[in-house]
Amino acid sequence: MSKNTEPLVNGIVKDNPTFVLLLGMCPTLAVTTSATNGLGMGLSTTVVLVMSNLFISALRNVIPGRVRMPAFIVIVASFVTIVQFLVQGFVPSLYASLGIYIPLIVVNCIILGRAESFASKNPVFPSIMDGIGMGIGFTLALTALGAVREILGAGQLFGAQILPLAEDGSFGYTPITIFILAPGAFLVLGCLQALFNKVRDNAAKKDKE
Amino acid sequence: MSELFNVASSPHIRSKDTSSRIMLYVIIGLLPASCFGIYNFGIRALIMIIVSIASAVISEYIFNKIVGKEQTINDLSAVVTGLLLALNVSSTIPYWEVALGSVFAIVIVKGLFGGLGQNFMNPALGGRCFLLISFTGSMTSFIDPKSVDGLSAATPLAVIKSGEGLAAVNVMDMFIGRIGGTIGETSVVAILIGAIFLIIMGVIDITIPASYIITFVIFLVLFAGHGFDPVYITAELCGGGIMLGAFFMATDYVTGPITPTGRIVFGICLGLLTGIFRIFGASAEGVSYAIIFSNLLVPLIERVTVPLAFGVVKEKKGGDK
Repeated sequence: MSKNTEPLVNGIVKDNPTFVLLLGMCPTLAVTTSATNGLGMGLSTTVVLVMSNLFISALRNVIPGRVRMPAFIVIVASFVTIVQFLVQGFVPSLYASLGIYIPLIVVNCIILGRAESFASKNPVFPSIMDGIGMGIGFTLALTALGAVREILGAGQLFGAQILPLAEDGSFGYTPITIFILAPGAFLVLGCLQALFNKVRDNAAKKDKE
Repeated sequence: MSELFNVASSPHIRSKDTSSRIMLYVIIGLLPASCFGIYNFGIRALIMIIVSIASAVISEYIFNKIVGKEQTINDLSAVVTGLLLALNVSSTIPYWEVALGSVFAIVIVKGLFGGLGQNFMNPALGGRCFLLISFTGSMTSFIDPKSVDGLSAATPLAVIKSGEGLAAVNVMDMFIGRIGGTIGETSVVAILIGAIFLIIMGVIDITIPASYIITFVIFLVLFAGHGFDPVYITAELCGGGIMLGAFFMATDYVTGPITPTGRIVFGICLGLLTGIFRIFGASAEGVSYAIIFSNLLVPLIERVTVPLAFGVVKEKKGGDK
């Protein structure tokens, strides 16, 4: 694997931010009540992540070490503001359902974590790749989490009713409401994480053989 | 050396108590409440109990098979979990809901944390709260056993909570158990018979239920706004799940503290939380949440209440060494 594509793949599987690094748990648990919300949150974060990685990496030799944190935050906050306005302007329904969690991308530890541990030490191109990889990993994880919760908790996927609901005694699906409430987020996250690690371990074993 | 000497490592004093023996006693202790529930709510209650126990045992068997653990269904703990869960649900819910709750209790609350002895939360109550949050509608509709055709009605606790006052409830009915509620919680008499049996057999310790109930009563006197009103206090004690919870679920060996002082602290926590949930909360009932919440506090309680071993002098705080 070449030096440039490695960070891209790493972010999706080996260092998946949600299932392996366990970063950014707050939006992960809070907004994944539906697949749409998970996807929206993931994509917004990806945009911020790629842009902030790009700028922090480009400025890494200019920013003095002692004030790097405030400098990173300023860069990240600028892009979050842009994303917030874009989402508010073009996808108002998503903006309404994500609410406070869009501005809170500023303090998402994936972004600051990647800035600190990758972008501030690597050239621009690998940093962009790292941002894209991490972003895709985060988006996939959030969408999967949202999809499982939405199917179990409401019988829907991306807002479409895929399991017919039981009404007035007719045969159908009765939504298990707990999955779209807070406890469900923890339950589904734990189970998906276990599943992810199992698959990852099996793949690693196969590689060795 | 003579053959009379049995050379073995400690412990030398062994108890006959095994998990399955204790669980068997608990099942016997729960029989009066179960029978009363079946008498109260009819054949549906019996089927509910059977479905719940069966799905608990089967899911434990399958879970052990899948994860490759030693088969543990013979220790009867899954039977107790299934039975307790059935006693904690309304007789009107669909059977598949109670089965789902049993599977959740065994697989998620108990199995995934390492099986019996490792779970941090009472499995039956975990299952009940799972159902309560998921299917609030069916879990909180109860039938009045005294009505001929099984009309659904508010439980006496909800009636008191709604402000209709004590005149609207019959405390004697609440004590005997001819009221609406979950299958096993209604009859205080039946629960007490089972509880006394367990206390005599040495299976449960009176400390937790006693400190729980005393704290709860003190809380009611101070904060419920009725002052020291014996009728009100009796009604609150006889309604809802506090008796079943205090004697059969708070006393769970795995999820309660083992230190003597810790047990008192645990009971006080339970009493306070139940009081807060019932008096200030939106719902009329709060026993199951109080118990699983206190279960989470147990490691902390145990850490600060470790008894001193004989002969150990307590170190003075702040003194010169």
